[in-house]
Amino acid sequence: MAAKKLNIKDKYRLLTRDLDWDFSYEDRQQAFPYEEFEGIKITDWSKWEDPFRLTMDSYWKYQAEKEKKLYAIFDAFSQNNGHLNVTDPRYVNALKIFLTGISPLEYQAYQGFAHVGRQFGGVGARVACQMQSLDELRHVQTQIHAMSHYNKFFDGFQEYSHMHDRVWYLSVPRSFFCDARSAGPFEFMIAIGFSFEYVLTNLVFVPFMSGAAYNGDMATVTFGFSAQSDEARHMTLGLEVIKFLLEQHEDNVPIVQKWIDKWFWRGCRLLSVIAMMMDYMLPNKVMSWKEAWEVYFEEAGGALFKDLARYGIRMPKYAETIEKEKEHISHQAWWTFYTHGHVAGFHTWIPTDEELDWLSAQYPDTFDKYYRPLWELAKEMEAKGERFYNSGLPQLCQICQIPMLFTEMDNPNQNSMRDYLYQGERYHFCSDGCCDIFKEEPEKYVQAWLPVHQIFQGNCGGPDVGDILKDYYKMNVGHDNMDMKGSPDEARWNKWKGVA
Amino acid sequence: MSKVYIALQDNDESRYIVEAIEESNPDATVIHQPAMIRIEREHRLVIERAVVEEKMGREWDVQELHINLITLGGNVDEDDDQFVLEWKQ
Repeated sequence: MAAKKLNIKDKYRLLTRDLDWDFSYEDRQQAFPYEEFEGIKITDWSKWEDPFRLTMDSYWKYQAEKEKKLYAIFDAFSQNNGHLNVTDPRYVNALKIFLTGISPLEYQAYQGFAHVGRQFGGVGARVACQMQSLDELRHVQTQIHAMSHYNKFFDGFQEYSHMHDRVWYLSVPRSFFCDARSAGPFEFMIAIGFSFEYVLTNLVFVPFMSGAAYNGDMATVTFGFSAQSDEARHMTLGLEVIKFLLEQHEDNVPIVQKWIDKWFWRGCRLLSVIAMMMDYMLPNKVMSWKEAWEVYFEEAGGALFKDLARYGIRMPKYAETIEKEKEHISHQAWWTFYTHGHVAGFHTWIPTDEELDWLSAQYPDTFDKYYRPLWELAKEMEAKGERFYNSGLPQLCQICQIPMLFTEMDNPNQNSMRDYLYQGERYHFCSDGCCDIFKEEPEKYVQAWLPVHQIFQGNCGGPDVGDILKDYYKMNVGHDNMDMKGSPDEARWNKWKGVA
Repeated sequence: MSKVYIALQDNDESRYIVEAIEESNPDATVIHQPAMIRIEREHRLVIERAVVEEKMGREWDVQELHINLITLGGNVDEDDDQFVLEWKQ
């Protein structure tokens, strides 16, 4: 007799909720020691609903199918010298940032979700977090596999993991995740599960990956969309977490709001690098950062916050500043990397005239007024053989660890800087947003490992910058860094393409 | 009223899913972008198993959607017969 097939809801109940047990002779609080210290009140874990109702057997089945498709494409890409089909060798530099800055975050996400997937008292939440943890491990592995092909042909991919833990600009994504992982389990879920996954990763994996496709990079678009197919489940988990916390107890509302304010600001700062990759590093353009921001943050995020208003949740703090920043941050970030291209692990360049015109058209209110003149000056200097590199080390924000490159949004000629005195030491910040985060938890952030401070304290070798790059960062100086023009990457590309 | 949206990889399977979405939600907007298809609609969007099966000419499990899914926005409700995206407000 054939067994009756269970429907999704019954299968989910039997294969998740039914796996839980009560604590009869052990203390429940000792089993879940992190559940209370953040002040979050959970009255009934059974009210947790996972809308996707994915059980472990289905999870393995669909993930296996995704992997088979993905690796078939990696094989084809590699066997057919897919790297030769990208639109322009400059594009590959965006992948170097991806591998050194973003892929290691997938590994941190794996560690973070494995932790909370153990620590939550509710079985529904534990199962969903464990699946997400496995997803994140899959993401870092597939990204390393995809980019290992580029590593055979281009500079800058070889020491991604070593660099991630040390290099000045990579401390920005690294410290973001360290901050989230060293928080309590509920804050981690609001930080990564909700703020990052629900609203912000779309900007990493959707318009940028569509751009990768448009630039002939079959391997990247494939791992990107394969990862993002898991993200859709993560986003749903993030939304479920926040609704669950808000429905459990009214005392949770102000705590959750404070975390939303913090992590949206942290996330927006982190995404400045994606803004720059979209506007400056994709030779064939799909959409500008501003447009992507409007679709995925303002429209999608706006709908989300309208939906959450019924719980008493408002838009994140500094939403007005964030709205103005979409006109500026990509330009400010690329200019900073261009002028520090000698200490970066990838190549930088002046946009072509055609690209400058595209930027003028996309940013009619700001580009010609504030940013185009900088590139015209850079072109003049380069033509005279005086390609500009800034020899100073930048001051970093104590929270986001980004150099003080942002300006006041109401006066883009004025750098934005804040400072705050704590126990006799003065700390510096890029914005009110970051300064406020410090004031909430100064004991946490005084411990920040700031790369420039560490260099000046002599903890990174040296004393010459060249020695630090070579010995401490393991950069291949003269190959990985400096301008795209005259780089070994460019010379190899021209040889492959038969260009003199 | 807010828009819900879903994006699918642009491939042969998704083509049938998109056709089914258009049939079940006649006023949905379908946007083609490099390598992906984004579909949006005010308030609510439904994918019905029966309609997808008719388009594909084979049995289709609602959870197979995961294979070609890129992203979505809205509250999800999934059972054996349909997948719904919805904003409550």
